[in-house]
Amino acid sequence: MFLKKLTAAGAFAGLMGTAAFAADCGPEGQSIRILASDFPAIHAVAGAAEANCASGAAEFTRNHTTEARQIMNAALTPNPAEYTSVIVANSTLTQLMNDGLVRPLNDLVEKYGQNIPENLLISIDGNIMAVAFMANSQHLFSRKDLLEKAGVAEVPSTYAEMIDAAKSIRDAGIMEYPVVMNMKTGWNVGESFNLAFMAHGGEFFKPGTAEPSVNSPAGVAALETLKGLVEYAHPDHLTQASNETQGLWEAGQAALGIMWGSRGAPILDDEGSTAEITSNTVLTAAPSVEEGGVPGATLWWDGFTIASNVSDEEAEATFAALASALNKEMVMANNDDAVWLLDGFTPGAAAEGVSATAKAGAKPYPMIPQIGLMHNALGAELADFLKGDESAEQALADVEAAYITAAKEAGFLQ
Amino acid sequence: MKHRTFFWFILPTLSAMILFIALPIVSVFVQSLFVAHEQVLVVSESCGPFGCTPTTSVDLEATEKLREEAPLGRFNGLGTYFNRSHLAIAEIGEAWASSDSLGAFWSQIYNLPFYNALIFTLTYTFVVTPAVLVLGLAIAVGVNNLPRALKGPSIFVSLLPFLVTPLVGSLILFWMVDGDGVIGATIQKIFNDPSLSLKASTALTWIMLIVYGIWHTLPFSFITFYAGLQTVPDDTLEAAQIDGASKWQTMIHVVVPHLMPLVSFVTLMLIMDNLRVFEPIVSFSAEAHARSLSWVIFNDLRESGNPLYASAGATSLLTIIIVIFLMMPVLVRTWRDFTRKSH
Repeated sequence: MFLKKLTAAGAFAGLMGTAAFAADCGPEGQSIRILASDFPAIHAVAGAAEANCASGAAEFTRNHTTEARQIMNAALTPNPAEYTSVIVANSTLTQLMNDGLVRPLNDLVEKYGQNIPENLLISIDGNIMAVAFMANSQHLFSRKDLLEKAGVAEVPSTYAEMIDAAKSIRDAGIMEYPVVMNMKTGWNVGESFNLAFMAHGGEFFKPGTAEPSVNSPAGVAALETLKGLVEYAHPDHLTQASNETQGLWEAGQAALGIMWGSRGAPILDDEGSTAEITSNTVLTAAPSVEEGGVPGATLWWDGFTIASNVSDEEAEATFAALASALNKEMVMANNDDAVWLLDGFTPGAAAEGVSATAKAGAKPYPMIPQIGLMHNALGAELADFLKGDESAEQALADVEAAYITAAKEAGFLQ
Repeated sequence: MKHRTFFWFILPTLSAMILFIALPIVSVFVQSLFVAHEQVLVVSESCGPFGCTPTTSVDLEATEKLREEAPLGRFNGLGTYFNRSHLAIAEIGEAWASSDSLGAFWSQIYNLPFYNALIFTLTYTFVVTPAVLVLGLAIAVGVNNLPRALKGPSIFVSLLPFLVTPLVGSLILFWMVDGDGVIGATIQKIFNDPSLSLKASTALTWIMLIVYGIWHTLPFSFITFYAGLQTVPDDTLEAAQIDGASKWQTMIHVVVPHLMPLVSFVTLMLIMDNLRVFEPIVSFSAEAHARSLSWVIFNDLRESGNPLYASAGATSLLTIIIVIFLMMPVLVRTWRDFTRKSH
């Protein structure tokens, strides 16, 4: 591990040396201030931008915090804004756009975006609002040794197969609770519902409106699927999110998991687990309802935006700096940190699950202004069903009622 | 003290209280009367790494215009107070009409977010407050009767739970009650049930939160009562002894009446503290089984992307009203004592 880090650092230092004068950093003497989440891939991009363009800027600051989503609207509202750029994901972009805090990037893309492939430009009605650089999604993690031991020949590809495999593992006496999923009450359980709901072909809203439509046959089917799975998950599953499920996996206390792709690399590396577990962990597409159906996953991208309330020169310098980071060298130096959507990426074992899920036709997480309210309602109201206190129909009716109340207050419904 | 002197004396405190307590409450109340403007939605095409899809987005210009005309939003009166997330008047009426038994009606009420949180918050308050009062007094009397050399160390140890930050304290306890933790594993062993989990059952989660609450606030009442015990006059105690009162009788008829003003004070503080129970719910990840009024406010402001200020404001004010309501008996008692003494 130490060697790997050393070579990565070496490659990075080399990149800093060569790219510093090669990059087009736009207007000089500007202030560049970036707000971003706190994980390695984001550090890589923002770090490369700093290495390329900090020398020509009057100021270059980066704030990496897990609370980025909570503070970004407040930070971008004043004029001038606290940050010139926020690195966002699908769901958080709408949160900024709802308040008009990020600017269209069409002219900047024309000037500095020659290297950016067309499909990475996030556009809404022709306005480019963000530039994506990496992808993420949930998918299936399996322990092939335990599946074999339980007599399951193939890695499950549908929910029914997954439940059968879990049953075989339990019946064989290998593990009482072979399944792990991020079911923590709140955002996580809402997202787990979304996965199954997408797989069942559900639509969150009546097309073109903010009227909810989760209390539908697809919604009930999605809840039944979840119930079938958590039957084989630890009774504490309503308190488990990514850190807990990763911990269970690395401790060898799980055989089938639906977890984030970004957890692939930390699980497969040689820290926190044994060779027996890591060498037998396989990453495949998220399960679907029927063979070859839509996988139960939401595709996510991470990308950068430029604030509205900053001067045009600052916006230009910030865009140029971040665009300069999206190059082959940066990707190659940080290959395993993310599923990069950029040139130079060689998908490793840790990226296989996300690639397979995307290839199988998973849908992106909906970029709709009111989705945050729906997600919150799902996160708050589904626990009663999963605890067994309520029917699926009642839980979904509660979700819709809670959503409608919130959406009326936020002005999405009258 | 003359009224005029008193006025100048109290002025700094009074102005700070108006500025930092009264005005914010008024502001929260005003905000709770308004809801956001209509979001003008337009259907557009959104493209990205995973292809193009038709989607809706907010028409910023139209929405901005509405916001400029009325920055507070649309006036909604007390509408937010009566909607499903709060007092849910319409839903209760419907539940009353549609349910055929009191149990069914009750379960429908329990399903409403505000009442669900209220029931847990009140249960927590009404169990933790008396338990902390009685136990705190018992420990104070116990420590007071210890030999001199042991007093210092035992006071220090008794104060420890209070020194631990609530978030950290409850997080440590959360790991201990895990199936792999020292408490959780012991309980599983005692009951010989490997699937027993404190985190998976509503009743056990409530008990866990209440025990944590008692553990954490006990030092406050202990130290207050301990200080009070130092002021019990020896003459009265001796007189009681000469009259032949047992230790228990002295305690009930002499010590406790002497401490009554302190009991009122501690009760007031505990009610206010316990009614805003919040950190343990987050640390214990107990949201599936127990939600408090403060948790509801937190969730409205933080989790939905668009902060729901009116909702959070309404819940805050309802909480304040409940606090005042609960403290009324103690306040009335204090007021009576005050007027009786001043005549």
